[in-house]
Amino acid sequence: MTDILINIGYLFSAALFILGLKGLTHPRTAVRGNMLGACGMLLAVVITLLDRSIVSFEVIIAGLILGSIIGAVLAIKIEMTSMPELVAVFNGFGGIASIFVAGAALMESTLNGATPMTQATVAVAASGLIGAVTFWGSMVAFGKLKGLVGDGAVLFSGQQIINAALAITALALSAGVVMDPSNVILYWLLVLAASALGVLLVIPVGGADMPVVVALLNSYSGLAAAATGFILSNNVLIITGSLVGASGIILTQIMCKAMNRSLFNVLFGVLAPSGGGASADEVYGGKVKSVSPEEVALLFDAARRVAIVPGYGMAVSQAQHSVANLASILEERGIQVEYAVHPVAGRMPGHMNVLLAEADVPYESLKDMDEINQYIEQIDVVLIIGANDVVNPLARTDPTSAIAGMPIINVDKAKTVVNIKRSLSPGFAGIPNPLYAMDNSLMLFGDGKKAILDIIAALKDT
Amino acid sequence: MDIISGITIFVLAIFIGFEIITKIPPTLHTPLMSGSNAISGITLVGALLSSGSQHTMVTTTLGFLALLFATINAVGGFMVTNRMLAMFKRKA
Repeated sequence: MTDILINIGYLFSAALFILGLKGLTHPRTAVRGNMLGACGMLLAVVITLLDRSIVSFEVIIAGLILGSIIGAVLAIKIEMTSMPELVAVFNGFGGIASIFVAGAALMESTLNGATPMTQATVAVAASGLIGAVTFWGSMVAFGKLKGLVGDGAVLFSGQQIINAALAITALALSAGVVMDPSNVILYWLLVLAASALGVLLVIPVGGADMPVVVALLNSYSGLAAAATGFILSNNVLIITGSLVGASGIILTQIMCKAMNRSLFNVLFGVLAPSGGGASADEVYGGKVKSVSPEEVALLFDAARRVAIVPGYGMAVSQAQHSVANLASILEERGIQVEYAVHPVAGRMPGHMNVLLAEADVPYESLKDMDEINQYIEQIDVVLIIGANDVVNPLARTDPTSAIAGMPIINVDKAKTVVNIKRSLSPGFAGIPNPLYAMDNSLMLFGDGKKAILDIIAALKDT
Repeated sequence: MDIISGITIFVLAIFIGFEIITKIPPTLHTPLMSGSNAISGITLVGALLSSGSQHTMVTTTLGFLALLFATINAVGGFMVTNRMLAMFKRKA
């Protein structure tokens, strides 16, 4: 009887997760969606506590309280600019939890010399493998985002061969776990091999490719949870894990498409070879026009429509509040201000949107790339802050370039473009940007936040 | 539960996941990620079962660690998503 009640409860909780995810797809319903998900989780926990195999509650209460406190403190204290790091860490924690659940389940199932069913041991191996790749991959991603590990792509010769060898070792150890479940050492060796694999898979991924990795690790953490569901024959784990796995894969796809790169190329740090494009000197030679903040302020005086294009540079210089401040000053003068956000701007999917929302920018003003490109010709002034490759017209014009075919924001078609940038140094793709040398394009050299503040000061003087 | 019904549920849930998420606007990519990540803290259920069943010291310890990490994942994930979503406002 209790079994039936428990399973019906799990069904409710799975339904709540589905409704919750559905809610997260629209700004108006997102808060409620997240609440529904949290209710689903609470329900699942309460129901599980009714399970007959649970005999001791001390450990559980200690774990729940301690975990809740740590989670709550992290969630409340975190700066919005550090959100990519936190998402990576939480992903990793989901992964490591799966490793331990699978390990404990394997040891319990062989306690009295019993032989667990093959399907359970296959799931144990899968859970340990995916969980370890997720955990260590996420930790490396965290290190890169935090700047502890080099942000760039770390490539060394023989990397592919080592990865392949590790993958084969992990698969062989998985087979070992399935054939001889009582040998627990094999399981921990598997976790070890998968951990090394997780590190090596993320190490070669650099800078601008991080959004893909963060989305992919998100998917893995779901798949690891689904695998633990197969171990415990628990429906709610299987359903929920596969939901998260699927949503992560979709995000990964969106990110890859937004860069016109295959998942394979991103994961193995392959940048399309540049077909000997023009050098920086040829592109820029004498054609780059530098302006002062005062001149930019004058441009705004004559403008009716302005679009702001933020990039990772805005996050680095923490300029989102100044940018929003500038926008509201312009709006007070009757200028229509919009934000054009490229899907992969920043270090995680939706990074720019979160930062701008933090600065109280209403979400209706945030336009995605396809939308703004339809009327970009009508924009009087485009202000680019800390974005480079995502506005490089070479993607459209030069089929041999490293970013050929990548969808970009066509800022070069706007009436005037102001680029806020420290120098003419290239972006992640490592190629010069002919936008900077175009007739309608102006450079305001300097730190992003300071440049915006200077423009605001100049506007107030006029 | 036999393996076939498990796989059936797995595949159908993946389809539901694809269908729900396909139309997500880019504005919400980050909250979707942190929200779905919080949901994947469902490993918590597995952790509760292993930490509460008290077979041996080792399994209880593993269960406790799993419980700790999964709880951080779930509680922190839902709270930070909520905090982020509260910032998304319409024009006043």
